[in-house]
Amino acid sequence: MFLEFQKTELEADVWDCLEQVTDPELDEPVTDMGFVERIAVFPDRKRVEVDFRLPTYWCSPNFAFLMAFDIRIAVGRMPWVEQVQVTLNDHCFADKVNAGVNSDRPFSEVFAAYCDGDDLHAVRMKFLEKAFVRRQETLLLALEAWGYSAQDIVDMTLGTLDGIAFQGEEERKQKPRYRALLLAQGLAGLPADPAFVTWDGARLTTAGLRDYLAKLRGVRINMEFNGALCRGLQSTRYKEVRIGADGPTLIDFIQNRVPPRQDRATR
Amino acid sequence: MYTTKDGKEIFVLDGHTHFWDASPENQSNVHGEQFIDCFYAYHTNLSPPEHLWEKGRFQKYSADDIYRDLFVDGPDDMAIIQSTYLRDFYKDGFSSIERSTDMASRHPERFIVNGSFDPRDGQKALEYIHYMKETFNIQGVKMYTAEWNGESKGWALNDPEAYKCFELCEKLGIRNIHVHKGPTIRPLNKDAFDVHDVDHAATDFVNLNWIVEHCGLPRLDDFCWIATQESNVYAGLAVAMPFVHSRPRYFGEVMAELLWWVGEDKLLFGSDYAIWTPGWLVDQFWNYQIPEDISAERGGVQLTDEIKEKILGLNAAKLYNIDVAAKKAELGAAPVQIAAE
Repeated sequence: MFLEFQKTELEADVWDCLEQVTDPELDEPVTDMGFVERIAVFPDRKRVEVDFRLPTYWCSPNFAFLMAFDIRIAVGRMPWVEQVQVTLNDHCFADKVNAGVNSDRPFSEVFAAYCDGDDLHAVRMKFLEKAFVRRQETLLLALEAWGYSAQDIVDMTLGTLDGIAFQGEEERKQKPRYRALLLAQGLAGLPADPAFVTWDGARLTTAGLRDYLAKLRGVRINMEFNGALCRGLQSTRYKEVRIGADGPTLIDFIQNRVPPRQDRATR
Repeated sequence: MYTTKDGKEIFVLDGHTHFWDASPENQSNVHGEQFIDCFYAYHTNLSPPEHLWEKGRFQKYSADDIYRDLFVDGPDDMAIIQSTYLRDFYKDGFSSIERSTDMASRHPERFIVNGSFDPRDGQKALEYIHYMKETFNIQGVKMYTAEWNGESKGWALNDPEAYKCFELCEKLGIRNIHVHKGPTIRPLNKDAFDVHDVDHAATDFVNLNWIVEHCGLPRLDDFCWIATQESNVYAGLAVAMPFVHSRPRYFGEVMAELLWWVGEDKLLFGSDYAIWTPGWLVDQFWNYQIPEDISAERGGVQLTDEIKEKILGLNAAKLYNIDVAAKKAELGAAPVQIAAE
């Protein structure tokens, strides 16, 4: 019983850890997207197995590679974990992704074969920029809707932004994510630093704010297209998922796949 | 013909439809199965519930089905049938010009059948273009850059072997190049949805019309920029259309960008049948207005009746040299017939 409890706890820790891994095209955690299908923890061997599946067989393989490696890296950083196995299911490149991610070879080396010797750094940076733009636009639009003037926004410091209590669910979700990226990229750090700058670090101007927002909107329109399709396709695909012979797992509960008790009894 | 509430008759030329056979008998492998499953997921997710089909019918529908869905139950006057072969996935091709032409021969006044070729076939592709022109007198082709061909998992419009094919198209008067950008697979360091090859091809072949399906989404901003620079680049609205139902505000944002950058004369309606049927799409589109706050961000652009009429048929009619008044008279003299069932 204690072991079972410990196992569930550890599975929950892995789940929390996977919340840092995002779909690069959508900037949404793989957990929220419902991509993670199975987490198995073997405490005696300090081993974790993660299975994931994307909305379609055709999802871009570079996204699949990025997510598979990000899962391995994130789980591998947990202090008690020594072995990680990541499995991508039902994808046109699944064999290559699985062989690459579980080969113990570094990320860059696995990719080189598929990238004419280049690495994925440029693609990664491009996706990071999109994530930044989307998170920032959410906050800018919320501030505008709240009555902040262009001048207020352009002059706003990180300290002031930190003190603003956003009301909407999306803004509350994006604020810490925006802040984290701002700091990680060295675009701001001290409370007196400007809260809103471009990805290249340039200050926003009041005269340029409308054009800048139009540019951000363009990026969001693209991401929303994929997001809407992915969520839709994913919901259809996951209708096929069945509860395993050993009964529902933690993920089945998180993903709301477990039918109500009396419903199960009458089947 | 779509008839508005106040009795106006709108000419509808559906710019993007298919007559496919993705039945299990025609599938070569798991890729063929997964390909149609993906389409079916698009269908089930973005269609209103009353317009959902059984999977079996979706995999393979009949000549009677397409005729009824487009012209009897649907408002189309004419439809462009696109060819997509996917020879690595389907024994006789996902669709083919022969099978589509055979279906269309029952009502040739209503169909335009486009061809397709794969530049990676080299000399054979050139021979095939000659064959399609001589046998079917095609005016357009559909290019699917994400198609697999042996070891190759995709190609770009500005590949040298593709340019040889486009030179021949230009010479033979095959002027309408419909481009479907699917996710490319390799190299992995490239953006899978990149549309910049359209820019190169459109600049180098100014006498060809480049109709980019699903208006470059999910790279709408890049596409808009290219279409603004090149006078011969058009946006096909297939796949964007169903958002009019599921996410109307989002649809408004897309249309506002397209009207602002690309302009009302270069947008083409397409149902993407059989993924979606044109009946509900056209009806909802006609009754749609871009929300005011979204329109205001783009200089007040709006989908007026006049602009909708262009998008639904007049723009495509120009590309395919269709005299709309004459076509209306011709179709009026031979109204749709409902096949005995």
